[in-house]
This record gives sequence, structure tokens and C-alpha cells, in this order.
Amino acid sequence: MATMTMIEAIRSALREEMARDERVVALGQDIGQLGGVFRATDGLLKEFGADRVFDMPLAEAVIAGSALGLAVSGLVPVAEIQFLGFTHQAFHQIAPQIARYRYRSQGRYNAQVTIRTPFGGGVRTPELHSDALEAQFVQAPGLKVVMPSNPYDAKGMLLEAIRDPDPVLFCEPLRGYRLVKGEVPEGDYTVPFGQSRVTREGGDVTLVAWSAAVQLAERSAARLAEEGIEATVLDLRTLVPLDVEGLVSAVEATGRCVVVHEAPLTAGFGAEVVATLQEEAFYSLEAPVARVASPDTPYPIASIEDYYIPSVERVVDAVRRTVSAK
Amino acid sequence: MTAHPTADDPKTEAELDLDRKQEEVEQSFAGPGERLEILSPDGTVRPGAEVPLSTEQVRDALRWMMLSRTVDVRAISLQRQGRMGTFSAVRGQEASVVGSSFALDPARDWIVPQYRELPGVVRHGFPLDGYLLYWMGNPAGGRVPDGVKVLPLQIALAAQLPHAVGLGWGLKLQGSDGVVTTYFGDGASSEGDTHEAMNLAGVTRAPVVFFLQNNGWAISTPRTKQTAASNFASRAEGYGFPGVIVDGNDLFAVYTAMQQAVERARRGEGPTLIESQTYRMGAHNTADDPTRYMEPVELSGWDERDPIRRVTSWLRSQDAWDDEAEREMQAGIDRQVDEAIESAEAFAPPNPEQIYTHVYADPPERLRAQQRAALDSH
Ligand SMILES: Cc1ncc(C[n+]2csc(CCOP(=O)(O)OP(=O)(O)O)c2C)c(N)n1
Repeated sequence: MATMTMIEAIRSALREEMARDERVVALGQDIGQLGGVFRATDGLLKEFGADRVFDMPLAEAVIAGSALGLAVSGLVPVAEIQFLGFTHQAFHQIAPQIARYRYRSQGRYNAQVTIRTPFGGGVRTPELHSDALEAQFVQAPGLKVVMPSNPYDAKGMLLEAIRDPDPVLFCEPLRGYRLVKGEVPEGDYTVPFGQSRVTREGGDVTLVAWSAAVQLAERSAARLAEEGIEATVLDLRTLVPLDVEGLVSAVEATGRCVVVHEAPLTAGFGAEVVATLQEEAFYSLEAPVARVASPDTPYPIASIEDYYIPSVERVVDAVRRTVSAK
Repeated sequence: MTAHPTADDPKTEAELDLDRKQEEVEQSFAGPGERLEILSPDGTVRPGAEVPLSTEQVRDALRWMMLSRTVDVRAISLQRQGRMGTFSAVRGQEASVVGSSFALDPARDWIVPQYRELPGVVRHGFPLDGYLLYWMGNPAGGRVPDGVKVLPLQIALAAQLPHAVGLGWGLKLQGSDGVVTTYFGDGASSEGDTHEAMNLAGVTRAPVVFFLQNNGWAISTPRTKQTAASNFASRAEGYGFPGVIVDGNDLFAVYTAMQQAVERARRGEGPTLIESQTYRMGAHNTADDPTRYMEPVELSGWDERDPIRRVTSWLRSQDAWDDEAEREMQAGIDRQVDEAIESAEAFAPPNPEQIYTHVYADPPERLRAQQRAALDSH
């Protein structure tokens, strides 16, 4: 097995799937000659030609909206939006159009569209490039929201996403693109949606996270272990569908839970996790479920972003309080 | 109905007012560009112009126009009786919708509608009872039968334009010679999606006809508040393809412009924008009150441009139409509409199960649980 970065894993999924299925086409801004601003599509134009890899005008709504039309015509589009923060410009195409197309047409049409988009902070991007907006899309029934945290999942889940008959928003942690490495099989494999994964086991507390926050939770767990607090880390992997069973059993095993995410606190997906636990695991909880999230402020400019995104210190602090709660 | 004054019966103030209004409207419509016109309001063919359809085809087109108007009248009455939800009528725009759809081949071309194209989508294969069901609020009305090349009605204005471009572009990439026509209003043309879609269509030379129905109003907002430009068609030049203006109340002109645009797209030469200058006679929809913004004189004045009357006048001049023919055709249409209404009303009423179906191909467990819980409680 080869060791790959996130970006390499994503690229290999795209390449292999375009080679396997000639209906698959890629579209987005700067994805051709440049290979994408993060090089996720590097080499695809050369390998598959301009009829399968489209450099699009700078217009997010028509990237998403034309992907729907391409899908209806019989192709399988994989669109790239350069940053999740710019999906606002396409939100009306993604949520009320792409996500609802099967429903609106009573099953006659479906939008087999994958929208790949990086997000998340910690890389000193200009304003609006780091926003974590996943919770907004979770409120778009019909859409799947997929948040891989590592290269193995990124490849297997991207292959799953492209083949999924429903539309998928595939969020990629941009800080992890080159930082996060892992073993990735060469050939074809898929990671099914709706199955969370325990990345570390410990009996004192369960840390629930997704995407880039998984590494943060793992670093925090390592720090906590030095103090003698053993944490389980649960990577949700997909927010829609949500693995309720995996979540509940991981939290029941420890009786305590801290949710960690990069998006602002209020009505972030952490609130959904807490509500689910309240409904499904209330009697095994020994302490209130805590949330470590970003503050309810706009994502700040680069020089102060370290005060904004959750840090190991904040997670460790929250865990200490949760564990000592009687 | 306007009275026709004679020399010894001078025009009243109201009539003069109406004339001025008519003139204003005509002038603002024409703009600097040329407008394609073939059939004059009095039903005569303009000198040098050619009738693009056979008499039989014209009668067929007239039938679709009359059907549309009959459905409008019936649907509005059903809505008043509480048997139908909000309905958007086509009245006044029949030549625009029917003339354009006549240039399409239902076997290979696609219609991507807004919500005011009843005779076009029904001619293309969308069942009339299904169309009524949609406005009656039954989810089954959203289902386009397999094989019918129509996308679902669109309520979010202009959101369908990017879909149409993607569809046309995809057909082209796969070697099909199908053409996609998308309908939208003068109001919808102000949306960002319109710009993004036309721009992409120009760049990809997608086989798309953008059919803009400029009916003068977007609910209460007049065309002049929608754009500072004197017409909409000239925008096409900025996207690198032709834009044409057509008298949208003239069946022959609409058909001719549309046929040229479809042929162009089929030859691989890319998109066309057609601005069909027509008129919405009456309310935006059954929930609207046009007396709050339209002057009565304006409303009545447009009767003179009635697209249906124009076509019947021409047919009469060809000895291909008389009162008897009209009665006969109307009777057939009435039967057809009665049957469609009956069939729509006899359709199984929606059940709670339908809330949960067709959200996902394979619903997530969470949704299944919600469905089980809800259905148990019903
Ligand atoms: C995106 C969006 N904004 C607002 C509305 C509410 N709305 C429905 S119809 C309409 C006017 C549409 O005018 P136009 O595009 O000219 O079409 P017409 O109804 O006149 O045929 C408005 C504002 C909507 N349906 N979608």
C-alpha cells in the first residue's frame, strides 16, 4: 500500500473513476491546465481531454446548476467549488435545486452530482476561504454531506460519492491536504456512507469530531493520556447520513462526551449531535455533553485565526470539566 | 372591448388615453432592434412576409392556443371553488408558447419550463391532468412520464436556466442532436442565474434556445423597472450569440424565429436568445390583484392584440375557419379539458407516505425511522 497525502488520495480517486467510467466528467474553476488551486485535478486534462475536464467560467451557481443538467443528460459530473465559503454563490442551486430534484420529479430525475470543495482554517487564507458551513447543507434534504478526515477515507468515500445516485457535497479539509498522510490502497474500494469510525479507544470520555477536527481530537486525546484521561475518538465521517447507532454506542461506552468542530457554535452540527445523544443516550450520560466550537463570529482575518478555531488547549479544558463533572 | 369611433363619434378621453397607452407600450417594446413580425393584429400577413406553417398546422396551433385559454378559464374557476391551488394563467401569451413549441421535436428536443408554458409542455407530452394535479398540490403532478423530454416546472425564477445549459451541453458532448429550450420571464431575466447560464452557453456553444417571454410585467413590476435597456434581446451579443426580438402575439413570427434558432442549435452553432414581446392579460396568478398596479385601460387595450383572434382572422381570410369550425373545435376542447379535470380530481389523494419517498434513492436510517414513527401515528 502506498502512503499518500489527502490531495493525492483524492486525485487518485478521480483518475481511477474517470478511467473506469467514461460518463464521469470534471468541472470547475481552474481545474484543467492548472490542475485546480490545490492540484486535486492535476494531470486529468492531459489524460482525459477537454471533453471530460472543463475549465468553467467564474460562476459558482452555473457550475452547480449545469452539473444538474449534465447529470440529466446522462453524464456523471464531479464539480469543484474552489472553497466552501464560495458555495454561498451556488447555495440556491445546491440546496433547493440539486438536493430536491429527485423529490420534485417524484423519482423521474436524480442529480447524480458530486460537489467537491475544500474548507476549514489554520492555513492563513484570505477572508472567506476558511468558513466551515457544513451545517447549512445538512438542512438540505436529499443531499448527502460527507466529511473525510484522512486519505484512506477520502479516496474510498469519493469513489462512493461519485457512484451514489444521490447528490453529495464532499468537503475536504484543506489544512489536511498535504499535512495528513496515510496508507491508501492502489485499486478500487469504497467506504460506505453512514458508518462512523473509532480512531482511538479510551474509557473515560468520547470525543466526537469530523474532518479536520478529528486530528485535533486525536492530538487532544494524546495530551489527555499524559494526564491519565483516556479518550475514545469517534470520526463521524458523514453528517448525512448520520451513524446514530455508532455515535450512541461510542458515547454509552464512556458516559461522557465532548463534540469538537470548526464551525461556529450556535446551530452547528454539534448541536445536532448533542440533541441526538439527549434523545438516544440520556440515561447513560454522566455529565452534560460539552461542545468545543468556533465562536459565533465571522471567520476572522488570518493573523487572529488561531484565537478562533478550537485548539488542543480548549478541547483538553472541556474534557477535564466533563470528566470531573459529578 | 373597445368601441370603434367614427368621424362623427369623436373619441372619449378614456379612449384617447388608451391610444396613448397603446402607443407607449408599442414604442417601448420595439426598442432600437428590429422586431420580427409576420401576422398583423388585423390578421393580414405583412407585405413580403411568408406564412411558415401550412393551414392544417395553423389550425392545429390554434387548437393548442384555444385549449390553453380554456384551461385558464376553468382553472381559475376551480381555484375560486377551492378545488385547485394557485394557478398561473397563460392568457395573452398563447402564440408565444405555442408558436415556439411548434418548432420543437418532442422525440429529441427538451423543454425546460418556468411555470407559464402549459400548451408547450403538454404538446411535448406532459399530460394535461398531470399539469393540473401539480397545481392542485398533488406530488404526482411533479412526475414527468418516462420518455417525455420535459423537466419539472420551476418555481425559483431562472434557476432552470443553468440546468438547461448543462443538459444541452451534455447532449452535445454525447453526440445527440437534441436542442434544449428554456422558458423564463422578463422578471427572471434579472436573476444572476440568467447571466451565468447564458455566459456558459456562449462559451460551450450549447444547443440551447433561451426563450424569454417578455409579458410586460413581473407580478406588479413593469418591464421598465426590470432593466434600463430598451430590450432584452440585445444582451445576447454580450454573451457571443444572436438575440432576436419577435412579436410574441404573432404565431407566425414566433414560430419562424424559433425554428431558425432551433436549426442553428442543431447545426452546432450554439445558443440563441429570443425575446418574445407579448402580454400577460390579467393577473399574475390566482393570488394576484392586478387592479392594484395595472390601469384598466391598459388591460382592455390588449384585447386588440389577442393572439388567438389574430390567428382566427387569418384562417377566416383563407376560408379555413368559420363559426361552425370554432364551435366544433371548442366542443372537442371542452370535452378534453373536462376529462383532464375529472381524471386529476379522481387521482388518488396524496398520502403521508409520499412525504418520505423520493428524497434519496436509498433513505438513510434516520429518515426511515422518522417515516416509521410518522406513519404509525397516522
Ligand atoms: C427566485 C424567486 N424570487 C421571487 C419569486 C416570487 N415570484 C414568483 S413569480 C414572480 C414574477 C415573475 O415575473 P417574470 O419572470 O416576468 O415571469 P411572469 O410570471 O411574468 O411570466 C415573482 C417575483 C420566485 N418565484 N422566485
